[in-house]
Amino acid sequence: MSIPAIQGSADTVQSAGDTLHAVQDTLHAIAEHGGTHGGPEKGPVDFTELLHHVQDAKEIDTPLGILHLPQFPPFHAAGLTIDMSITKHVFFLWCAALILCVVAIAVARKNSRRPVPTGFGNLFEMVVVFLRDEVAVPNMGSAGLRYMPYLLTTFFFILVMNLLGLIPWGASATGNINVTAGLAIIAFVVIQASAIRAQGFGHYLAHLTGGVHWSLWPIMIPIEILGLFTKPFALCMRLFANMLGGHIVIVSLLGLIFVFGSYVVALGPVSFVVGINFLELFVAFLQAYIFVMLTSLFMGLGIQAGEPAHGGPGHGTSDDHSS
Amino acid sequence: MQPNALGYLAAGIGAALTVIGAGLGIGKLAAAAMEASGRQPEVAGQVRTSMIIAAALIEGATFFALAICIILAFK
Repeated sequence: MSIPAIQGSADTVQSAGDTLHAVQDTLHAIAEHGGTHGGPEKGPVDFTELLHHVQDAKEIDTPLGILHLPQFPPFHAAGLTIDMSITKHVFFLWCAALILCVVAIAVARKNSRRPVPTGFGNLFEMVVVFLRDEVAVPNMGSAGLRYMPYLLTTFFFILVMNLLGLIPWGASATGNINVTAGLAIIAFVVIQASAIRAQGFGHYLAHLTGGVHWSLWPIMIPIEILGLFTKPFALCMRLFANMLGGHIVIVSLLGLIFVFGSYVVALGPVSFVVGINFLELFVAFLQAYIFVMLTSLFMGLGIQAGEPAHGGPGHGTSDDHSS
Repeated sequence: MQPNALGYLAAGIGAALTVIGAGLGIGKLAAAAMEASGRQPEVAGQVRTSMIIAAALIEGATFFALAICIILAFK
Protein backbone atom coordinates (compact mmCIF):
# COMPACT_ATOMS: atom_id res chain seq x y z
CA MET A 1 0.00 0.00 0.00
CA SER A 2 1.46 3.35 -0.88
CA ILE A 3 1.58 5.74 1.98
CA PRO A 4 -0.16 8.95 0.92
CA ALA A 5 1.89 12.12 0.82
CA ILE A 6 1.20 15.76 0.63
CA GLN A 7 0.31 18.37 -1.79
CA GLY A 8 -0.44 21.69 -0.23
CA SER A 9 -3.36 23.62 -1.47
CA ALA A 10 -3.53 27.39 -1.48
CA ASP A 11 -1.75 29.20 1.31
CA THR A 12 -3.13 32.00 3.44
CA VAL A 13 -5.59 33.56 1.14
CA GLN A 14 -4.75 37.11 0.20
CA SER A 15 -7.18 37.15 -2.65
CA ALA A 16 -9.96 34.95 -3.89
CA GLY A 17 -7.85 34.23 -6.94
CA ASP A 18 -5.41 32.33 -4.76
CA THR A 19 -7.94 29.78 -3.57
CA LEU A 20 -9.61 29.68 -6.92
CA HIS A 21 -6.26 28.81 -8.41
CA ALA A 22 -5.95 25.92 -5.97
CA VAL A 23 -9.40 24.74 -6.93
CA GLN A 24 -8.48 24.99 -10.57
CA ASP A 25 -5.30 23.10 -9.90
CA THR A 26 -7.25 20.28 -8.27
CA LEU A 27 -9.82 20.40 -11.04
CA HIS A 28 -7.14 20.23 -13.70
CA ALA A 29 -5.53 17.25 -12.07
CA ILE A 30 -8.88 15.56 -11.58
CA ALA A 31 -9.66 16.12 -15.23
CA GLU A 32 -6.40 14.43 -16.11
CA HIS A 33 -7.26 11.39 -14.07
CA GLY A 34 -10.80 11.56 -15.34
CA GLY A 35 -9.32 11.12 -18.80
CA THR A 36 -8.49 7.53 -17.99
CA HIS A 37 -12.12 6.91 -17.14
CA GLY A 38 -13.28 8.23 -20.46
CA GLY A 39 -13.60 11.94 -19.78
CA PRO A 40 -14.20 14.09 -16.71
CA GLU A 41 -17.35 12.96 -15.02
CA LYS A 42 -19.91 15.04 -13.23
CA GLY A 43 -21.01 12.21 -11.03
CA PRO A 44 -19.61 11.17 -7.67
CA VAL A 45 -15.83 11.47 -7.76
CA ASP A 46 -13.79 8.63 -6.38
CA PHE A 47 -12.13 9.86 -3.21
CA THR A 48 -9.00 7.86 -3.86
CA GLU A 49 -8.44 9.92 -7.00
CA LEU A 50 -8.22 13.04 -4.88
CA LEU A 51 -5.69 11.45 -2.57
CA HIS A 52 -3.26 11.38 -5.48
CA HIS A 53 -2.35 14.93 -4.53
CA VAL A 54 -1.29 13.88 -1.09
CA GLN A 55 0.73 10.91 -2.21
CA ASP A 56 4.23 10.60 -3.51
CA ALA A 57 4.38 10.81 -7.29
CA LYS A 58 6.82 10.32 -10.10
CA GLU A 59 6.08 13.66 -11.67
CA ILE A 60 5.69 17.14 -10.28
CA ASP A 61 2.83 19.39 -11.18
CA THR A 62 4.21 22.84 -11.83
CA PRO A 63 2.52 25.96 -13.15
CA LEU A 64 4.33 25.43 -16.44
CA GLY A 65 3.20 21.87 -16.95
CA ILE A 66 4.03 18.47 -15.62
CA LEU A 67 7.67 17.80 -14.90
CA HIS A 68 8.61 14.16 -15.24
CA LEU A 69 11.32 13.20 -12.83
CA PRO A 70 14.17 10.89 -13.84
CA GLN A 71 13.40 7.30 -13.00
CA PHE A 72 16.07 4.66 -12.58
CA PRO A 73 15.42 0.94 -12.75
CA PRO A 74 15.66 -0.65 -9.32
CA PHE A 75 18.87 -2.47 -8.59
CA HIS A 76 19.42 -5.32 -6.21
CA ALA A 77 21.90 -5.03 -3.39
CA ALA A 78 22.30 -7.31 -0.40
CA GLY A 79 18.98 -9.01 -1.00
CA LEU A 80 17.00 -5.78 -1.17
CA THR A 81 15.54 -4.10 -4.19
CA ILE A 82 16.55 -0.48 -4.07
CA ASP A 83 14.76 2.02 -6.25
CA MET A 84 16.68 5.25 -6.48
CA SER A 85 14.31 7.05 -8.82
CA ILE A 86 13.50 10.57 -7.90
CA THR A 87 10.00 11.28 -6.70
CA LYS A 88 8.14 14.39 -5.73
CA HIS A 89 9.05 14.11 -2.09
CA VAL A 90 12.71 13.53 -2.81
CA PHE A 91 12.66 16.63 -4.96
CA PHE A 92 11.09 18.72 -2.21
CA LEU A 93 13.46 17.24 0.33
CA TRP A 94 16.35 18.55 -1.75
CA CYS A 95 14.58 21.88 -2.20
CA ALA A 96 14.23 22.24 1.55
CA ALA A 97 17.87 21.31 2.10
CA LEU A 98 19.01 23.79 -0.54
CA ILE A 99 16.85 26.58 0.83
CA LEU A 100 18.04 25.91 4.34
CA CYS A 101 21.72 25.84 3.34
CA VAL A 102 21.49 29.07 1.39
CA VAL A 103 19.47 30.95 3.98
CA ALA A 104 21.30 29.71 7.06
CA ILE A 105 24.78 30.33 5.65
CA ALA A 106 23.83 33.78 4.42
CA VAL A 107 22.30 34.68 7.78
CA ALA A 108 25.30 33.36 9.69
CA ARG A 109 27.67 35.40 7.57
CA LYS A 110 25.60 38.52 7.95
CA ASN A 111 25.26 38.07 11.68
CA SER A 112 28.95 37.57 12.22
CA ARG A 113 29.76 40.94 10.70
CA ARG A 114 27.81 43.03 13.17
CA PRO A 115 27.60 42.82 16.95
CA VAL A 116 23.85 43.39 16.88
CA PRO A 117 21.91 41.46 14.25
CA THR A 118 19.21 43.18 12.24
CA GLY A 119 16.42 42.14 9.97
CA PHE A 120 16.04 38.50 9.09
CA GLY A 121 19.22 37.69 10.97
CA ASN A 122 17.58 39.03 14.09
CA LEU A 123 14.61 36.73 13.63
CA PHE A 124 16.87 33.77 13.02
CA GLU A 125 18.91 34.56 16.09
CA MET A 126 15.75 34.85 18.16
CA VAL A 127 14.80 31.31 17.22
CA VAL A 128 18.32 30.01 17.81
CA VAL A 129 18.52 31.62 21.23
CA PHE A 130 15.07 30.28 22.07
CA LEU A 131 16.17 26.77 21.19
CA ARG A 132 19.32 27.16 23.19
CA ASP A 133 17.80 28.64 26.32
CA GLU A 134 14.44 26.93 26.46
CA VAL A 135 15.14 23.56 24.89
CA ALA A 136 18.77 22.51 24.93
CA VAL A 137 20.10 23.90 28.19
CA PRO A 138 17.09 23.14 30.45
CA ASN A 139 17.02 19.56 29.20
CA MET A 140 20.69 18.77 28.83
CA GLY A 141 22.55 21.28 30.93
CA SER A 142 25.69 22.90 29.63
CA ALA A 143 26.56 19.69 27.79
CA GLY A 144 23.65 20.47 25.55
CA LEU A 145 25.52 23.22 23.81
CA ARG A 146 27.58 20.61 22.04
CA TYR A 147 24.45 19.21 20.38
CA MET A 148 23.06 22.56 19.33
CA PRO A 149 24.10 22.21 15.66
CA TYR A 150 22.15 18.98 15.35
CA LEU A 151 19.10 20.35 17.12
CA LEU A 152 19.06 23.55 15.12
CA THR A 153 19.53 21.72 11.83
CA THR A 154 16.70 19.35 12.66
CA PHE A 155 14.39 22.13 13.68
CA PHE A 156 14.90 24.30 10.64
CA PHE A 157 14.97 21.39 8.22
CA ILE A 158 11.66 20.02 9.49
CA LEU A 159 10.23 23.52 9.53
CA VAL A 160 11.21 24.28 5.94
CA MET A 161 9.91 20.92 4.75
CA ASN A 162 6.60 21.48 6.51
CA LEU A 163 6.25 25.00 5.15
CA LEU A 164 6.99 23.93 1.60
CA GLY A 165 3.83 21.85 1.75
CA LEU A 166 1.73 24.92 2.38
CA ILE A 167 2.68 26.88 -0.72
CA PRO A 168 0.78 26.24 -3.95
CA TRP A 169 2.16 23.36 -5.99
CA GLY A 170 4.32 22.38 -3.06
CA ALA A 171 4.48 19.17 -1.09
CA SER A 172 5.69 18.39 2.40
CA ALA A 173 8.38 15.78 2.34
CA THR A 174 7.57 15.13 6.00
CA GLY A 175 4.28 13.70 4.83
CA ASN A 176 6.19 10.68 3.66
CA ILE A 177 6.85 8.16 6.41
CA ASN A 178 10.22 7.31 4.91
CA VAL A 179 11.42 10.87 5.45
CA THR A 180 10.26 11.03 9.05
CA ALA A 181 11.66 7.56 9.63
CA GLY A 182 15.02 8.81 8.41
CA LEU A 183 14.83 11.77 10.78
CA ALA A 184 13.84 9.47 13.63
CA ILE A 185 16.71 7.09 12.89
CA ILE A 186 19.15 9.97 13.03
CA ALA A 187 17.57 11.12 16.28
CA PHE A 188 17.91 7.59 17.66
CA VAL A 189 21.60 7.50 16.78
CA VAL A 190 22.25 10.90 18.35
CA ILE A 191 20.32 10.01 21.50
CA GLN A 192 22.27 6.79 21.98
CA ALA A 193 25.55 8.46 21.11
CA SER A 194 24.97 11.23 23.65
CA ALA A 195 24.02 8.68 26.30
CA ILE A 196 27.11 6.57 25.60
CA ARG A 197 29.31 9.64 25.59
CA ALA A 198 27.94 10.85 28.94
CA GLN A 199 27.73 7.54 30.72
CA GLY A 200 30.50 5.51 29.19
CA PHE A 201 29.71 2.34 27.30
CA GLY A 202 29.78 0.11 30.38
CA HIS A 203 27.31 2.19 32.37
CA TYR A 204 25.15 2.57 29.29
CA LEU A 205 24.84 -1.19 29.03
CA ALA A 206 24.30 -1.44 32.77
CA HIS A 207 21.37 0.93 32.50
CA LEU A 208 19.89 -1.38 29.93
CA THR A 209 19.46 -4.03 32.60
CA GLY A 210 17.34 -1.70 34.69
CA GLY A 211 18.98 -2.48 37.98
CA VAL A 212 17.19 -5.78 38.65
CA HIS A 213 18.56 -9.08 39.87
CA TRP A 214 20.66 -10.81 37.23
CA SER A 215 18.18 -13.66 36.94
CA LEU A 216 15.66 -11.25 35.46
CA TRP A 217 18.06 -9.96 32.83
CA PRO A 218 16.73 -12.15 29.98
CA ILE A 219 13.33 -10.53 30.46
CA MET A 220 14.56 -7.07 31.25
CA ILE A 221 17.11 -6.49 28.53
CA PRO A 222 14.84 -7.13 25.51
CA ILE A 223 12.19 -4.92 27.05
CA GLU A 224 14.69 -2.14 27.66
CA ILE A 225 16.07 -2.45 24.15
CA LEU A 226 12.55 -2.30 22.78
CA GLY A 227 11.96 0.76 24.92
CA LEU A 228 14.93 2.41 23.26
CA PHE A 229 13.16 2.16 19.94
CA THR A 230 9.68 3.27 20.93
CA LYS A 231 10.62 6.89 21.55
CA PRO A 232 12.09 7.60 18.09
CA PHE A 233 9.25 5.59 16.58
CA ALA A 234 6.80 7.89 18.30
CA LEU A 235 8.72 10.89 16.97
CA CYS A 236 8.48 9.49 13.45
CA MET A 237 4.79 8.71 13.61
CA ARG A 238 3.82 11.95 15.29
CA LEU A 239 5.46 14.15 12.68
CA PHE A 240 4.28 12.02 9.76
CA ALA A 241 0.69 11.73 10.87
CA ASN A 242 0.40 15.41 11.80
CA MET A 243 1.62 16.58 8.41
CA LEU A 244 -0.30 13.97 6.45
CA GLY A 245 -3.52 14.41 8.39
CA GLY A 246 -3.61 18.14 7.86
CA HIS A 247 -3.17 17.83 4.13
CA ILE A 248 -5.71 15.03 3.84
CA VAL A 249 -8.24 17.23 5.59
CA ILE A 250 -7.54 20.05 3.12
CA VAL A 251 -7.81 17.73 0.12
CA SER A 252 -11.00 16.21 1.48
CA LEU A 253 -12.66 19.56 2.04
CA LEU A 254 -11.73 20.82 -1.39
CA GLY A 255 -12.82 17.48 -2.81
CA LEU A 256 -16.30 18.11 -1.45
CA ILE A 257 -16.60 20.66 -4.23
CA PHE A 258 -16.04 17.92 -6.77
CA VAL A 259 -18.27 15.46 -5.02
CA PHE A 260 -21.11 17.92 -5.33
CA GLY A 261 -19.97 18.76 -8.81
CA SER A 262 -20.76 22.46 -8.80
CA TYR A 263 -19.06 25.72 -7.92
CA VAL A 264 -22.00 26.86 -5.84
CA VAL A 265 -20.91 24.83 -2.85
CA ALA A 266 -17.40 26.23 -3.11
CA LEU A 267 -17.90 28.88 -0.45
CA GLY A 268 -18.22 26.50 2.51
CA PRO A 269 -15.24 24.25 1.90
CA VAL A 270 -13.00 27.10 0.82
CA SER A 271 -13.63 29.08 3.98
CA PHE A 272 -12.96 26.00 6.08
CA VAL A 273 -9.79 25.36 4.11
CA VAL A 274 -8.57 28.88 4.81
CA GLY A 275 -8.98 28.23 8.52
CA ILE A 276 -7.29 24.87 8.31
CA ASN A 277 -4.38 26.35 6.39
CA PHE A 278 -3.77 28.70 9.29
CA LEU A 279 -3.90 25.72 11.62
CA GLU A 280 -1.46 23.89 9.36
CA LEU A 281 0.90 26.83 9.54
CA PHE A 282 0.81 26.66 13.31
CA VAL A 283 1.18 22.89 13.31
CA ALA A 284 4.21 23.15 11.00
CA PHE A 285 6.07 25.22 13.58
CA LEU A 286 4.72 23.26 16.53
CA GLN A 287 5.68 19.85 15.20
CA ALA A 288 9.20 20.96 14.37
CA TYR A 289 9.53 22.33 17.90
CA ILE A 290 8.04 19.20 19.48
CA PHE A 291 10.41 16.95 17.53
CA VAL A 292 13.43 18.91 18.69
CA MET A 293 12.16 19.28 22.25
CA LEU A 294 11.52 15.57 22.64
CA THR A 295 14.88 14.70 21.12
CA SER A 296 16.64 17.00 23.54
CA LEU A 297 14.53 15.59 26.39
CA PHE A 298 15.58 12.05 25.58
CA MET A 299 19.18 13.12 25.21
CA GLY A 300 18.94 14.90 28.54
CA LEU A 301 17.71 11.72 30.22
CA GLY A 302 20.77 9.90 28.99
CA ILE A 303 23.15 12.68 29.90
CA GLN A 304 21.77 13.08 33.39
CA ALA A 305 21.99 9.37 34.02
CA GLY A 306 25.69 9.78 33.46
CA GLU A 307 26.21 12.56 35.93
CA PRO A 308 27.88 11.42 39.14
CA ALA A 309 25.25 12.83 41.50
CA HIS A 310 22.30 12.06 39.18
CA GLY A 311 21.23 15.65 39.57
CA GLY A 312 17.79 16.73 38.48
CA PRO A 313 17.03 18.49 35.22
CA GLY A 314 17.27 22.15 34.55
CA HIS A 315 20.32 23.35 36.44
CA GLY A 316 21.62 26.76 35.68
CA THR A 317 19.73 27.89 32.65
CA SER A 318 21.26 30.97 31.16
CA ASP A 319 18.43 33.40 31.69
CA ASP A 320 19.09 36.16 29.26
CA HIS A 321 15.55 36.77 28.16
CA SER A 322 16.49 39.33 25.58
CA SER A 323 13.24 40.77 24.38
CA MET B 1 -20.72 -8.42 4.40
CA GLN B 2 -17.74 -8.11 2.08
CA PRO B 3 -14.36 -7.88 3.71
CA ASN B 4 -13.87 -4.43 2.22
CA ALA B 5 -17.02 -3.18 3.87
CA LEU B 6 -15.87 -4.43 7.26
CA GLY B 7 -12.62 -2.58 6.76
CA TYR B 8 -14.38 0.69 5.99
CA LEU B 9 -16.71 0.21 8.93
CA ALA B 10 -13.81 -0.46 11.26
CA ALA B 11 -11.97 2.58 9.95
CA GLY B 12 -14.94 4.82 10.57
CA ILE B 13 -15.63 3.53 14.07
CA GLY B 14 -11.93 3.64 14.87
CA ALA B 15 -11.62 7.24 13.78
CA ALA B 16 -14.63 8.22 15.88
CA LEU B 17 -13.25 6.50 18.98
CA THR B 18 -9.90 8.15 18.39
CA VAL B 19 -11.46 11.58 18.32
CA ILE B 20 -13.42 10.83 21.50
CA GLY B 21 -10.21 9.90 23.27
CA ALA B 22 -8.33 12.93 22.00
CA GLY B 23 -11.18 15.29 22.80
CA LEU B 24 -11.51 14.01 26.34
CA GLY B 25 -7.79 14.13 26.99
CA ILE B 26 -7.16 17.57 25.57
CA GLY B 27 -10.35 18.86 27.18
CA LYS B 28 -9.19 17.83 30.63
CA LEU B 29 -5.81 19.32 29.86
CA ALA B 30 -7.29 22.63 28.79
CA ALA B 31 -9.55 22.72 31.85
CA ALA B 32 -6.59 22.28 34.17
CA ALA B 33 -4.65 24.94 32.28
CA MET B 34 -7.53 27.43 32.51
CA GLU B 35 -7.89 26.80 36.20
CA ALA B 36 -4.19 27.27 36.81
CA SER B 37 -4.17 30.49 34.79
CA GLY B 38 -7.14 31.75 36.74
CA ARG B 39 -5.54 31.06 40.09
CA GLN B 40 -2.18 32.55 39.20
CA PRO B 41 -2.33 34.86 36.19
CA GLU B 42 1.36 35.67 36.22
CA VAL B 43 2.33 32.13 35.21
CA ALA B 44 -0.29 32.02 32.45
CA GLY B 45 2.41 32.16 29.78
CA GLN B 46 4.29 29.13 31.08
CA VAL B 47 1.04 27.27 31.60
CA ARG B 48 0.06 27.99 28.03
CA THR B 49 3.39 26.68 26.74
CA SER B 50 3.14 23.46 28.72
CA MET B 51 -0.46 23.06 27.64
CA ILE B 52 0.46 23.28 23.98
CA ILE B 53 3.29 20.81 24.38
CA ALA B 54 1.07 18.32 26.20
CA ALA B 55 -1.66 18.78 23.59
CA ALA B 56 0.81 18.03 20.81
CA LEU B 57 1.90 14.86 22.58
CA ILE B 58 -1.68 13.69 23.07
CA GLU B 59 -2.39 14.43 19.45
CA GLY B 60 0.63 12.36 18.51
CA ALA B 61 -1.00 9.33 20.09
CA THR B 62 -4.24 10.22 18.34
CA PHE B 63 -2.54 10.29 15.01
CA PHE B 64 -1.11 6.80 15.51
CA ALA B 65 -4.64 5.49 15.71
CA LEU B 66 -5.70 7.69 12.82
CA ALA B 67 -2.90 6.35 10.64
CA ILE B 68 -4.10 2.81 11.34
CA CYS B 69 -7.64 3.80 10.41
CA ILE B 70 -6.40 5.29 7.15
CA ILE B 71 -4.48 2.11 6.38
CA LEU B 72 -7.64 0.09 7.08
CA ALA B 73 -9.73 2.27 4.83
CA PHE B 74 -7.42 2.18 1.86
CA LYS B 75 -5.93 -1.27 1.99
